[in-house]
Amino acid sequence: MALLEVRNLKAYYLTSRGSVKAVDNISFELDRGESLGLAGESGCGKSTLGFSLINLLPPPGKIVDGSIKIDGIEVVGLPDDELRREVRWKKISMIFQGAMNSLNPVLTIGDQLSEPLIYHHGISKEEALERVKEHLELVGLEPGIAKRYPHELSGGMKQRAVIAMALLEHPDVVIADEPTTALDVIVQAQILNLMKSLKKKLNLSIIFISHDLAVISEIADRLAIMYAGKIVEIGPSESVYLSPKHPYTQKLLGAIPRLRQKKQRLEFIPGAPPNLIHPPPGCRFHPRCPYRFELCDKEEPELIEVEPGHHVACHLFARR
Amino acid sequence: MGLPEPVIRVERLKKYFPLRRSIVEFLKGKPPRCVKAVDDISFEIYKGEVFALAGESGCGKTTTGRLIVKLIEPTSGKIYFNGVDITTLSREEEKEYRKKVQIIFQDPYGSLNPRFRVYNVLEEPLILAGIGETRAEREELIIRALESVRMVPPEEFLGRYPHQLSGGQRQRVAIARALILNPEFIVADEPVSMLDLSIRAEILNLLDEVKKKYGLTYLYITHDLSTARYFSDRIAIMYLGKIMEMTDCDTLVENPLHPYTKALLVAVPEPDPSMKDVIKEIPIKGEVPSAAAIPPGCRFHPRCPYRFEPCDKEEPELIEVEPGHWVACHLYAKR
Repeated sequence: MALLEVRNLKAYYLTSRGSVKAVDNISFELDRGESLGLAGESGCGKSTLGFSLINLLPPPGKIVDGSIKIDGIEVVGLPDDELRREVRWKKISMIFQGAMNSLNPVLTIGDQLSEPLIYHHGISKEEALERVKEHLELVGLEPGIAKRYPHELSGGMKQRAVIAMALLEHPDVVIADEPTTALDVIVQAQILNLMKSLKKKLNLSIIFISHDLAVISEIADRLAIMYAGKIVEIGPSESVYLSPKHPYTQKLLGAIPRLRQKKQRLEFIPGAPPNLIHPPPGCRFHPRCPYRFELCDKEEPELIEVEPGHHVACHLFARR
Repeated sequence: MGLPEPVIRVERLKKYFPLRRSIVEFLKGKPPRCVKAVDDISFEIYKGEVFALAGESGCGKTTTGRLIVKLIEPTSGKIYFNGVDITTLSREEEKEYRKKVQIIFQDPYGSLNPRFRVYNVLEEPLILAGIGETRAEREELIIRALESVRMVPPEEFLGRYPHQLSGGQRQRVAIARALILNPEFIVADEPVSMLDLSIRAEILNLLDEVKKKYGLTYLYITHDLSTARYFSDRIAIMYLGKIMEMTDCDTLVENPLHPYTKALLVAVPEPDPSMKDVIKEIPIKGEVPSAAAIPPGCRFHPRCPYRFEPCDKEEPELIEVEPGHWVACHLYAKR
């Protein structure tokens, strides 16, 4: 059984103008020690999916249907206090986007990292601080950092502190939402190195959310491409990067400028992603797709397996 | 290249921002400290060229761009535009200069007034420059500018507000605004870093197209070496206010000389799944120090794996080690 099982998950933002279908019928699995890259452009629902998994969707967001099983525990519909006691941070935790600003500026790193330990486990402050220091070392920081305030740390150090925070209660799954986006390229490479080594050392499962396919390729065992609230392609990284099947994935990979290759004209995808209150009928990518044919605006394509473990939702590959 | 008069020539340009002294510093009579955002840089940009200024945040690349378009005044140094020093212009001359040099900002959400319709956004520069006497004349120019950035049909966009446009369309309006006064030189400050991947190439290709069509010259400011290589001809790598290495883009990628450039290039990720279990060997440690406390000697020496005795004492000059390839590093100094 997979560690994390997501089945037909739907998470909508229920606004007065209609429901924004940010995550619409998504299913996937994640094994222990495996990393899944979740890629897509802004507004495709990748962060919404991340927040749904840890049940922290900001209102008016709501999980309207589906199931999320973590280590056999059904999370959807679980009462809040149970969720806090059993699941959140213990089974699954999150490194938030813009982590550099998610630290409280008036508390020292030690104080804010030990707070949940004291609250959850009823251990003394000294014990909690000890554990915080161990985790700071784990992410490559001096234990003395515990006495510092966030403004005294550089961007990379803050990012490491936030990673330490996510690991404090030994979760099985860590969701990393754009953990390197605001960082400079050298610090970004250092943080990616850290996450790779933590994954191996702690046998962590990681869901790595990013808009940057180059960054994701550095860490993901499997890759899922999202478009307009749907997973349009998912499979082993090698397979998706080297032989992308969905027209959207192909175009997206063709749009990345590559540093070490000869210059070639980059592709782009005309148009813009659709409005998710009234997504287009049929395949959501059809208005921008160069290969569309009669079926595409009528029927929604299912995810089908085209190579071992490699699934695509596109009528071009549908069995007829 | 080399002989023709450059469109832009920057000579020993410096921009220091003073910091407020603390009470203790003030009482002790210490001199005010400053952030040396741009610290003695020189370069030339030739007609029809795209010159990239690249580096990490805080390296002074954006400040340089703002100095060139005269949004801020330099502490010292000269900037020549077609041979004329623009740091000592009269008010009238400055008005002319502002027509010829334009800037495109990073954030198309912030650079367009949310209360202006597209029409007003594009009419404003015309009014300020006194171009087009009647509304009809101005509208004609505005429509042509929108067509040149492929916002078609232009009439459909004239009445829209920025929030009714997508990110790519907003950036195209910003480009149209930069083009409408027929400039010769454009500073593009991270024009695509806020945009989604699928439209980034569209905007870069568009910038390239209008460059050829109108014979423009660009300064492309970016932190992203991959787009710099895609879009530019020559590139200068900045670190803490100084140019560390300057050459054409292909040479920089294939034969980088400065230890800092080498480290930057190693760190750039590529969409290649074979890297997923490899811990990258990054040759330098730590992070960029504060621009208010620049290390003595070579400002990169505390992080440099190759440092030796002169590095923490003497500042290396930017020297030409092979034709067109400039490096500021003691490893390559002539002895």
